[in-house]
Amino acid sequence: MSDRVELLVGTKKGAFILESDAARRDWRVRGPFCETWPIHHLVRASDGTLYAAGGNAWYGPSVWRSEDDGATWSQSSDGLTYGDDGPRITTIWNLTPSNGTLYAGVEPAGLFRSDDRGQTWSHVAGLREHPSTPEWQPGNGGLCLHSIVPHPTDADRMWVGISAVGAFETTDGGKTWETRNRGVRADFVPGDPPEFGQCVHKMGLHPDKPEVLYQQNHCGVYRSEDGGRQWTEITPGLPSEFGFPMAIHPHDPSTIYVIPLNGADKGRHMIDGHTQVWRTRDGGDSWQMLDGGLPTSDAYLGVLREAMSMDRLRPAGVYFGTSTGQVFGSSNEGDSWQLIADCLPPVWSVETSASGS
Amino acid sequence: MATIHLPRSLVTLFSDPPPRRLDMPAATLTELVARLDEGWPGMRDRLCEPGPQIREHINVFVDGERVRDLGAPMAPEAVVHIIPAVAGG
Repeated sequence: MSDRVELLVGTKKGAFILESDAARRDWRVRGPFCETWPIHHLVRASDGTLYAAGGNAWYGPSVWRSEDDGATWSQSSDGLTYGDDGPRITTIWNLTPSNGTLYAGVEPAGLFRSDDRGQTWSHVAGLREHPSTPEWQPGNGGLCLHSIVPHPTDADRMWVGISAVGAFETTDGGKTWETRNRGVRADFVPGDPPEFGQCVHKMGLHPDKPEVLYQQNHCGVYRSEDGGRQWTEITPGLPSEFGFPMAIHPHDPSTIYVIPLNGADKGRHMIDGHTQVWRTRDGGDSWQMLDGGLPTSDAYLGVLREAMSMDRLRPAGVYFGTSTGQVFGSSNEGDSWQLIADCLPPVWSVETSASGS
Repeated sequence: MATIHLPRSLVTLFSDPPPRRLDMPAATLTELVARLDEGWPGMRDRLCEPGPQIREHINVFVDGERVRDLGAPMAPEAVVHIIPAVAGG
């Protein structure tokens, strides 16, 4: 049983840590960290080290690291480059620790790895050597690699998701990659769905069933039962196909959460100003709206792709942050919610971590 | 010796921060950035981007003149100001 739950919050103006005990009723806010740099993602590795993904308009992209729970930080981007002849990396969107390696997804889209805890980085060049790369076109959100999904037991397998490009899988440790977009719509291009160009917004898997992938896409929500080779749309039952984040229940591979927004061309906020999270407990065959305790009128909130997460307690907690600085949480799997923080900078990411006996 | 003035937002990025004003020999900005990077590893990445070139929103003034060319010669006693561009938001 954990005795401390923390939310790791990346914002437009620094990183924050929100802490509570296992009851998850009273929360304390610490921060801002990382010199108030824009922080797209804040994670805690299994050894306790905090890493923050930053991109500063003046000083460029860098990964921040704290080994003392946020008291002091260092930063490095040594090796985070496509070289002097390559495009300029503007920011880091996602950090994913896996088996002692730290992966970074960057803008413009590419994957980097660090095997020395964020001090130096090397490019996983195979992804950008895919023949489709010259045709990658940024969408409104840029050309960001935002989802890094390592296979839980096979170190050679990994999926990544790139906005306006789609999903890829490697089975040889990153040397080569294949597209994984079959069955996913791309309504913003004419004709049949292409091999790539789909706009995945967030993708993930459950470690107990690593062949089952889910994604919230620009054009619907999808499930794959064969490692992404074929996707099945599970949007029916939701009030909108459009949204950004998606969270998978830590103890049940069939339970996921999404936050449908009113539409890609309608402002991208809560439908009719009614804050709502949607949950499926059967892999997307049916959905339930969850709004207990959430503001249900005049709440034109937006939630971005990295801004929803779950803790591993029982019952599991669900959390999301808004682009206007609120963080909401549920300690009962979404059945009821409370406002945890109300006045943060625009929230870009929410991750969870727990410690204790 | 050139005299270098560094902005607060830059020096605070380093756990053993450089002083805001320091003197060092440098005949060009390339040499100056290399010396700064020697003393405070990672400084080059904060000031320069691929090219290499000075980052878009970092302004470098040498004896009062804005300079973008890393290879331009500097006077031995040059005064260099590194100043982040103003921004909104």
